[in-house]
Amino acid sequence: MECLDMTKVEEILQAYPHDETSLIMVLQDIHDTFNYLPCDALKRVAQELNVPLAKVFSVTTFYKAFSLNPKGKKVIRVCLGTACHIRGGEEITQEFERQLGVLRSQTTKDQEFTLETVNCVGACAMAPVVVVNEEYHRNVTAIKVKDILKGEKNED
Amino acid sequence: MKINSFDDYQNLRKQLLVLQPLEQKKVLVCCGTGCRAGGSLEIAHKIEEDLKAKGIGSSVELVVKKPGCQGMCEKGPLVWFMPQGIFYCSVKMKDVPEIVEKTIAKGEIIERLLYKDSETKERISHHDSIPFIARQNRLVLRNMGVIDPMDIKDYIRAGGYETLLDILDKKRDPDSIIEEIEKSGLRGRGGGGFLTGRKWKACKKAQGNRYVLCNGDEGDPGAFMDRSIMEGDPHGVLEGMILGAYSLCAKEGYIYVRHEYPLAVKHLSHAIQEAKEYGLLGENIAGSSFSFEIHINRGGGAFVCGESSALMRSLEGKVGEPRAKYIHATDKGLFDSPTVLNNVETWANVPLILQKGAKWFTEIGTPKSPGTKVFSLVGKVKNTGLIEVAMGTTLREVIFGIGGGIIGDRQFKAVQTGGPSGGCLPASHLDTPVDFDTLTQAGSMMGSGGMIVMDDRTCMVDVARYFTQFLIQESCGKCLPCREGLPQLHYFLKEIVEGRGKEEYLPKIEELAQVLQDSSLCGLGSTSANPVMSTLRYFREEYLLHILEKRCPAGVCKALTSFTINEKCTGCGACLRVCPVEAIIGQKREKHEILQAKCIQCGSCYSVCKFDAITIGKRS
Ligand SMILES: Cc1cc2nc3c(=O)[nH]c(=O)nc-3n(C[C@H](O)[C@H](O)[C@H](O)COP(=O)(O)O)c2cc1C
Ligand code: SF4
Ligand code: FES
Repeated sequence: MECLDMTKVEEILQAYPHDETSLIMVLQDIHDTFNYLPCDALKRVAQELNVPLAKVFSVTTFYKAFSLNPKGKKVIRVCLGTACHIRGGEEITQEFERQLGVLRSQTTKDQEFTLETVNCVGACAMAPVVVVNEEYHRNVTAIKVKDILKGEKNED
Repeated sequence: MKINSFDDYQNLRKQLLVLQPLEQKKVLVCCGTGCRAGGSLEIAHKIEEDLKAKGIGSSVELVVKKPGCQGMCEKGPLVWFMPQGIFYCSVKMKDVPEIVEKTIAKGEIIERLLYKDSETKERISHHDSIPFIARQNRLVLRNMGVIDPMDIKDYIRAGGYETLLDILDKKRDPDSIIEEIEKSGLRGRGGGGFLTGRKWKACKKAQGNRYVLCNGDEGDPGAFMDRSIMEGDPHGVLEGMILGAYSLCAKEGYIYVRHEYPLAVKHLSHAIQEAKEYGLLGENIAGSSFSFEIHINRGGGAFVCGESSALMRSLEGKVGEPRAKYIHATDKGLFDSPTVLNNVETWANVPLILQKGAKWFTEIGTPKSPGTKVFSLVGKVKNTGLIEVAMGTTLREVIFGIGGGIIGDRQFKAVQTGGPSGGCLPASHLDTPVDFDTLTQAGSMMGSGGMIVMDDRTCMVDVARYFTQFLIQESCGKCLPCREGLPQLHYFLKEIVEGRGKEEYLPKIEELAQVLQDSSLCGLGSTSANPVMSTLRYFREEYLLHILEKRCPAGVCKALTSFTINEKCTGCGACLRVCPVEAIIGQKREKHEILQAKCIQCGSCYSVCKFDAITIGKRS
């Protein structure tokens, strides 16, 4: 595990008023920076914002935007919102599980891919939708899953 | 450049219109989410490059714009040419040179890129003649897909902020504005349909630092109206909020944007920045004594945070748990101060109503639900996308008139509105007018505007199970009925879809639904049984088939379904190519076969077969 760059955490903390109201925003910025919430960073946040650590954990586990585990280089988000569900989102999720050999909300051993499901990414007209990092794939079918993964692997 | 008076504003607008008149040649490349996914940003850049390379931009006065969603997401990427109104669908990078040479330089139409009507098979050359567009009533969406959301000048050119400046100039009595909104009968577009004017009045009565909030959490799966408006016309939302703040004498406001919508955050932040530069936000707006700030907060990704009291807790940096309803947000909301929370679309209606008057507004829609409603029309419908219709329009007109009917002309089965709090209405309800009260009476809900069309390949028991599972994940767990009741409800439904259902489960489900409705603390729990109850009400037969015959007629519930190939098979091989587990075998032009041991019942083969050669059967 890499050593945590605490100066980045300090920078983020500098940008907000030091009280509880800043908690979620600070955590979001830390999450954006590290792609997860490192434990040491949470301790520092609790101290600086004067919020009990238990409360910090309660917030981080309540909101889906936060992950306490490091994520893979590429995050695959399969939409399981209603529009995607009825157009076969579940099948696509299962195909990703088969292809990657992990279950949803897990990360591959090589830390390459994290498979997640989301409830609607707001692109329902193109259901079913898969988002890899920031890139949207529209009208995905089970058979297209292999192509998406191949495309992602080739980019490296 | 600061605007300090109404005169300033008018002069600025005149200047802007001289620099870029409304009839100026424009190429509008839709950059809503759908078209972006199809590569519209690259297309826009390529058009700009080609124009430069060919020197066309200098000979023909012309601008290329990247507006927000134009609505016809299904047919994207979309390109719209003004002022002629020529409209192209499914544009690809390789089409760009031809578009530049023919359409832009010479005004020639490229037939193959025109919209093709699925019924008449005719090509339609002009945007406004496409039934999908012509049958709508686009008021809130008037600027969508036309103006550049990243340029305040475009909004001003279209007449934006005029209402605000006029009101500030006349020093209009803030209470008279609340009066006007109340008279218009505007009801909240976030789902509940609460009278906006009445809410504002209650808040105005309370003493303290008032807050004005915008709910951009849009948690309903299958809905993207608010996202599109925030991305495509952010100043419309800001102007509404500023007007609301003026009438409520509020100094601060927040927009709570869903975690999954980074582009909306970007466009809104930019819009706030620009509005400040023009003196339309911040201290002493347009030289008046009225000051107002707007902050943006990103949501944490919790559906329950769309609920009013949970949203406010989240803004305070806390866990988003709702609180009991007897405390009104208009008295004690954000930071225990009087607060008005309205939905994105509600705010976007405000400038329109104040510009054109309450009377104008009441003449649209129905007496009890005036105005229009924006919907995201999705699911198994031909023309999916973003639409706006007058309240009272029938479901049939929306789904068949605008939506063009069901994909592959299959059987319409149900339409789902209201998200996880709503319900599914069957074909016998197609002539139901869409308004707050009628939909509630029918056992569904208006909700925030997601409209999901389902065909005979959708299993209604599975849909009920799906929503229940969604709500289990999203329940905050604060109160017992919702925390414990939903998993129990899910248990019954799961047993049914997996073939272990018993008939006596149905009355138990109904009893549980009643408990959830009566005793949950917030709207999430109290409406959570609606999807189950509405499907039980209209599709009881289908439940019974699952329970008694162990059969899923839609072929969705895997434990009850098998796919086989019948005599109609021509051996075209389409199914063989899409099967993800290679369970299909067969020689070309000979009847194929599905190896049942390998088949995972995904139904891919069924979806691609053009010869009706796949039979959905019972699992043996
Ligand atoms: C569980 C739950 C989720 C909600 N989600 C949203 C939402 O995503 N967007 C929204 O505008 N309103 C949502 N609401 C409704 C809000 O509580 C509130 O009524 C609304 O934002 C008020 O604005 P309006 O009067 O303009 O509709 C939700 C309500 C509940 C109970
Ligand atoms: S009804 Fe559900 S979401 Fe609402 S307060 Fe109770 S547990 Fe939380
Ligand atoms: S349901 Fe998948 S994008 Fe909305």
